[in-house]
Amino acid sequence: MATTPNAAAPADFAWSPRALLRRLRSADEIAHMITLISAATVLLITVLLVYQLWVLSAESRHKFGWSFFVTSTWDPVAGQFGALPFVYGTLVTSAVALALAVPLGVGAAIFLAELAPPKLSSSLTFVSDLLAAVPSVIYGLLGVFLLVPLMRTTIQPTLKKTLGFLPLFQGPSYGIGFLTAGIVLAVMIVPFVLSVSREVLLAVPRDQREAALALGATKWESTWKVVVPAARIGIFGSVFLALARALGETMAVTMVIGNNPKIAASLFSPGYSIAAVLANEFSEATGNLYLSALIELGLVLFLLTFVLNGLARLLILVTTARGSGVLPT
Amino acid sequence: MSARMIWRKSLNAIMLSLTGLCALITVSALFFILGYLMWNGGKDLSWNFFTRLPAPVGEVGGGMANAIVGSLKLLLLAALFGVPIGLLGGVYLAEFGGRTTPFLVRYTADLLNGVPSIVIGIFAYALVVMPMHHFSTLAGGVALAMMVIPTVLRNTESFLRDVPRALREGSFALGANKWRMIATVVLPAASRGILTGVLLALARVAGETAPLLFTAFGNRYWSPGWNEPTSSLPVVIYTYATGPYEDWHRQAWAAGLVLLGLVLVTNILVRTFLSRGTAYERS
Repeated sequence: MATTPNAAAPADFAWSPRALLRRLRSADEIAHMITLISAATVLLITVLLVYQLWVLSAESRHKFGWSFFVTSTWDPVAGQFGALPFVYGTLVTSAVALALAVPLGVGAAIFLAELAPPKLSSSLTFVSDLLAAVPSVIYGLLGVFLLVPLMRTTIQPTLKKTLGFLPLFQGPSYGIGFLTAGIVLAVMIVPFVLSVSREVLLAVPRDQREAALALGATKWESTWKVVVPAARIGIFGSVFLALARALGETMAVTMVIGNNPKIAASLFSPGYSIAAVLANEFSEATGNLYLSALIELGLVLFLLTFVLNGLARLLILVTTARGSGVLPT
Repeated sequence: MSARMIWRKSLNAIMLSLTGLCALITVSALFFILGYLMWNGGKDLSWNFFTRLPAPVGEVGGGMANAIVGSLKLLLLAALFGVPIGLLGGVYLAEFGGRTTPFLVRYTADLLNGVPSIVIGIFAYALVVMPMHHFSTLAGGVALAMMVIPTVLRNTESFLRDVPRALREGSFALGANKWRMIATVVLPAASRGILTGVLLALARVAGETAPLLFTAFGNRYWSPGWNEPTSSLPVVIYTYATGPYEDWHRQAWAAGLVLLGLVLVTNILVRTFLSRGTAYERS
């Protein structure tokens, strides 16, 4: 053979199959780079978010240190900032919300996953998803004009009459306050508890249910003693996820909590939450220290939800990935 | 039947009906909210509401034309900044990713998705408002875009993953290289799902108030261009609902109805006509 197929004239080089292949390969490289940059933007945003919150809260962190979290004077004029009432309000309202929403959401999830025929289950889940899409300011609107008067005239007096011996249900009925904010939050987070719990319940294998029923268990016994324990970790995950939502929820809480930085044992008392104080005071904050104290509150909120979300996802991942129901106790 | 058996059977019946009751309560909340808003807001919806500027403080009448336009402008910015990044990032996760980077991106996106919207607002304030020294439509758009990105990214990824392997292999077999395969075969195959995710993400941020409070701020007049503070529906609802005037309250109800209507209609249309069954999952 005198010539090989590769021995093309140099002038033809740019159009040879191999060069063309290389160009196309590099087009792949370009596409790879562009998409990688887009994906990395998410990392960049998150890192920058943490950095900004950290740097901008420096003044407050240095001045107050840990005492920021254990003092309760919030006096912008005197330059004294203590976050305790806000942290307290955030935790109390979220606790009330969980106490109401978890039984409701898990109960509804059991119904949808175990009892309802598939068609009904999927249409009810659809409605629950729509409920999750309702903007929080709408919940606030209903809270202000519907729930607050109802709390003042009916619910709080009733609670006082029946459970008034508990310090939780004492004091004047303002309508606004921790309990009202907790109830609004509960309605808002039920869809999250429901949809995640339903999914982890559905991930429990059929055999488990059938085995329990074959042993003579009633439907409820098989559900409560076999299926729910198997999905337990995932259900905890849904609770953490809902808690993270509740902690960071702003508008609806701001509209009904009363916006009064006060620590009180009574759930009827007006209070304040971290997100609410940010919503109310951030755009009016004068002076660097004031602003940096508010940003430190934002940092706290961020870290709380960051940890809870991470934990929740881990738990849900563990249950749905294993899915076998043989979880370590 | 033994007493024990009767007890077990009745416990069964009671608990099962209780779970049904829980489901009923949850689901009826939506219908209640919708009905109550229609009852309260429906009567105050008028032509003026959509076409007029707000009346001077304390006066009765006026509309929310500026808030409606402001919301649309903010959404446009959010889509413009957020969708391309989310989309391309999703393509990376599904098509190019190796092992560690996609895991990291996925996890971070989920965490970013869970960051309270008010904290996103602080971030946008630090990023845009502080350097510019004033509130603006741009800042609000950036805040909303940061909430759109993680949702669109995760959705795009999950829908791209649903595209069957055979389609990719067929495209390779015909001699297409990777980006051609993605652009002409995989993306079109997943386009309905991706569009679903984009529209749902936009519907979600359309109702966000907290990140706009100190980025887009508010404005009782028209906001020309992108550099001025702007009014938006959710912020107006908040301001009017917590304000002292009776007329404001009535307008807040009307605006609430419009906002909820838009969000729900988008959700229902998108979920029934675009998504395939339960493919869309909130992450």
